[in-house]
Amino acid sequence: MITETERALADIIASTTEPLRIVGGGTRPIGRPITARPLTTRELRGIRIYEPGALTLVVGAGEPLQAVQTLLAENGQCLPFEPVDYRGLLGTIGEPTIGAVAAANISGPRRVKNGACRDFMIGVRLIDGTGEVIGNGGRVMKNVTGYDLVKLVAGSLGCLGVVTEVAFKVLPKADCSASLIIHGLDDAVAISLLADALASPCEVTGAAHLHDDSGPMTAIRVEGFEESVTHRLARLKDIVGAGHDVLIDEDSESVRALWTAIGDARQFHAAKGDVWRWIIKPDQAPRLVESINRQIPVQAIYDWGGGLVWLCCPEGFDCRAAADRICGHATLVRATDATRLAIAPFPPESGRLAQLSDGIRRKFDPRGLLNPGLRA
Amino acid sequence: MDMPTPNPAIIGRKSQIVERLRAALSRTSVIADPTELRAYECDALTAYRCPPLAVVLPTSTEQVARIMAICSDEGLPVVPRGSGTSLAGGALPTADSVVVSVARMTRVVETDFTNRFIRVEAGRTNLSVSEEIDAAGFFYAPDPSSQLACSISGNIAMNSGGAHCLKYGVTTNNLMAVKMVMMDGDIVEIGGPYFEAAGLDLLGLVCGSEGQLGIVTEATLRILPKPEGARPILMGFDSSEAAGACVSDIIKGGILPVAIEFMDRPCIRACEDFAQAGYPDVEAMLIVEVEGSDIEISRQIERIKAIAEGRRPSAMRESKSDDESRRIWAGRKSAFGAMGRINDYMCLDGTIPVSQLSHVLRRIGELSAHYGLDVANVFHAGDGNMHPLILFDANADGQLETCEAMGADILKLCVEVGGCLTGEHGVGVEKRDLMSVQYSPQDIEAQAKIKDVFDAHWLLNPAKMFPLQVSRGRVLS
Repeated sequence: MITETERALADIIASTTEPLRIVGGGTRPIGRPITARPLTTRELRGIRIYEPGALTLVVGAGEPLQAVQTLLAENGQCLPFEPVDYRGLLGTIGEPTIGAVAAANISGPRRVKNGACRDFMIGVRLIDGTGEVIGNGGRVMKNVTGYDLVKLVAGSLGCLGVVTEVAFKVLPKADCSASLIIHGLDDAVAISLLADALASPCEVTGAAHLHDDSGPMTAIRVEGFEESVTHRLARLKDIVGAGHDVLIDEDSESVRALWTAIGDARQFHAAKGDVWRWIIKPDQAPRLVESINRQIPVQAIYDWGGGLVWLCCPEGFDCRAAADRICGHATLVRATDATRLAIAPFPPESGRLAQLSDGIRRKFDPRGLLNPGLRA
Repeated sequence: MDMPTPNPAIIGRKSQIVERLRAALSRTSVIADPTELRAYECDALTAYRCPPLAVVLPTSTEQVARIMAICSDEGLPVVPRGSGTSLAGGALPTADSVVVSVARMTRVVETDFTNRFIRVEAGRTNLSVSEEIDAAGFFYAPDPSSQLACSISGNIAMNSGGAHCLKYGVTTNNLMAVKMVMMDGDIVEIGGPYFEAAGLDLLGLVCGSEGQLGIVTEATLRILPKPEGARPILMGFDSSEAAGACVSDIIKGGILPVAIEFMDRPCIRACEDFAQAGYPDVEAMLIVEVEGSDIEISRQIERIKAIAEGRRPSAMRESKSDDESRRIWAGRKSAFGAMGRINDYMCLDGTIPVSQLSHVLRRIGELSAHYGLDVANVFHAGDGNMHPLILFDANADGQLETCEAMGADILKLCVEVGGCLTGEHGVGVEKRDLMSVQYSPQDIEAQAKIKDVFDAHWLLNPAKMFPLQVSRGRVLS
C-alpha cells in the first residue's frame, strides 16, 4: 500500500485489521522474516524546511536519502552521522529513504566522533498503531519540552509507529579529509593504537581496522579545513606512528571511497556466510574475534575504534552464543530466512527492561499490527 | 501556582512513615523536623515553595531501592532531588511527598580512558566530573552555568545543555548508561560502556524525563579528549538584529564554533559590573569561542572576523591569554547571578529557529513595553536557546503575576515561530500548563502513556511536566 499524505496513511492504519510490514525503500529487510502486507512511506516526500543558517532540516520520511545528501552538499553541509548503505551487503535494490535511516538509527564511521543518527534527530512525526498522529520534539536543536520520544522512535524499526516526518540537526561539511594508514598490524595492537588516536585532541572521525587481500590494514580519518588536517595528521603520526610505516592519503576521492567501503562493510558483499554486527566495549573487540575464531573461522571489520565489529561467519552459526563474557550485544544482519527464524536476529530482551519495552510497544500499538514479530 | 491537594491521610501518618524510613536507613539519613525541612521547600525557582513530608539522604542504590519500595507500598509521592538548582521547579515538593536526595551519592565508580567513559554516582556535581579526569587530558562536555553546584542526576533529569553544546551536544548525547531505581524499588541498568544499547532507546527516554520515570543513582558518561586550546572573541554591535544576523552568517559560512553566546546591553552592563570581564559598551555582544591548536584557532578566528565584517561590528576583541578567556567566560556564566544582584527576575528558556532571532527580539521589546517590565537578554545564540530575564519586584503587589503573564506570552511567541518552551531548563512546574501550546492533546497523551508504563500510579515527581488536568486524571485512575 502506498499513500501520498500523512492523513491517508493514518486512515489506513486506523481502519486496518491485518498486520502491516512498514517499508521505506525496502533496502534493509533485517530481523525476523515478516509476511504481512507492506505499507510504504515512499511517497511521503519533500523537504519541509531547510535553514542552512540554523543547521536544521525537516523532511518527509519518504524522501530518498540521496536527495537529502545532495541538497545538503550543495549548501556545504552534511548528515553528521554518515548513514551507510545496506544494499550491497543485503543484495537489495531500491532507494534508501531518510525515514528508514531514522527508524533504524543507521550511522556510519563518523559516528565514533559525531554521534549516531538519533543524536541528530530533533523532531519526529509518526502514526501509532491506532492511527493517531503524534508529534514530538520540533525543528530546533535544543529542546527539552516533554519526554524525548524522538530518541525512542529512532531505531524502533516501525514497531511504535510509522515515521512520516523527521527533523535533523545538520553540520557543516569539512573542507578536506585525509586517511592515515598502517599495514600489517596485529588486531590487538591496531585496536590499542586506534584508542590512542581517539584519546588525542585530533578529532578523529574514522577509526577502523580490517583485513583485505594484502593483509591487515588500520585506518584513521581526520577532517577539517586544510591547515587543521595538516596539523592533525602530523600530530597523529607522532601518536600512533612510532615503529610503523605510515601512509598518508590526502586525495579526497580515495579517502571517501575507503570510508564508504568500511561503513558499508564492502568486504563482505561478495563473501559467503552470515553477517553479524556487534556493538561492544571497544577494547574487547580483539578478544571477541579471537574467541569466536577458536571455534569457527570468521572474518572481521573493526569500526568505531573497535566499538563496532562486523563479523562474517559460516551460515547458521550462532555467533552470539559462541561469544564469551563480552560487554555488548550482537545483531544478525544478513542470513537466510531459515537462519533468521532459528536464531533471534536482535539481541533477546529480558527482565524488567523487556517488560518496559513491551509495555511501551503495547501502548503505541495495542493491536500488535506494526511489524509484528520483527524483534521476536 | 496550582498544586494538587495534599493527601490528608498521608500527612496524618507522618510519624509512622518517618519511623519506617528511618528503620530502613538510619536516623541521620531522614529529615522530618519542620525547620530542617525548610531547606528543601524549593529549588532555584524560589517563587514557589512547599516543605515536603520528609527528606531522605541515601548513600547507595540499594538504600534508594529500599526507600522506593516503602514509598510505593505506602502510596507516597516521591520527589527526586539532585543539588536543587532547577530553574523550572523540577524539584518542588508537595506537602505529602518524600524528597529523595542523591546529594550524598558522589563517588567515582570507574574511570576508563581506553574506552573513554567515567561511571559516577548521580549526586556528583557536573564540574567535579571534569575535574576528576582533567589531569589525564579529558573532560565531560555538557556545561550548564550552574555546573559548580548542579548534579549529574539533575543534568540527566533535565537533559541539561550549556554554552558549549553547539559543538558537543547536550546530556543525552554524552550519556552512555544509567543505573535507575523504579518506583516499586526495582533496580534497572540501561545502556552500557558501548556506543549503542540494544532494543528500544530507553536511555534516550529517561534522559530529560524530569525524574518521573525512576531515580537515577549512577551514570556512565562519555568523556572527551580536551582540545589543544580554545579562544573566545568578543564582537559588539549597534543593534541586536545585526548581532543575530551575524550568528546565522557564521554558521552558514561553514564554521562550527564551540559556542556562540549573545548578550544585550542591560545584561552586558550587569555582568561587567559584577565580573569586570572587559565587555564593550554596545547594544549587543557575541562571544564566539573556537577550539584547536594555535594555527586552527587563528584560521577560524580570521574567517569569523571576515564574515562578521559584513554586519559592521562596532567592537571586536580577541582574547590574548588564558586569563582573559577565563574572565570573558566568568562574565557570561555569572549573568544570572549578576542580574539577581540588581533585580528579582524570571529566567525564560525558550528556543527559536536562529532565523527568527531579530523578529523575536523585537517582539520581546514590544511585550516589555506592553507589560511595563524590563527584559535583559542573554542566550546561546548558535542554537537559538534564548534566556530572556524579565525584571520585576517580588515585593510589589501583582508584579509576579504580571511577570508570569509576560513570560507565558514570550514562550507562546517562541512556539509560534517554530521553537519550543524550554531548551535546557526543563518544564517542571513552571511551564507544565503551557505544554498544550506546543503539543496537541494526542502528543501529550503519547507522553503520558510512557509515564503509565514506568510509574503506573503517577507517584514520581507529581504535578510536573504535564498540564495539571492530565496528571490529575491519571492519579485517580
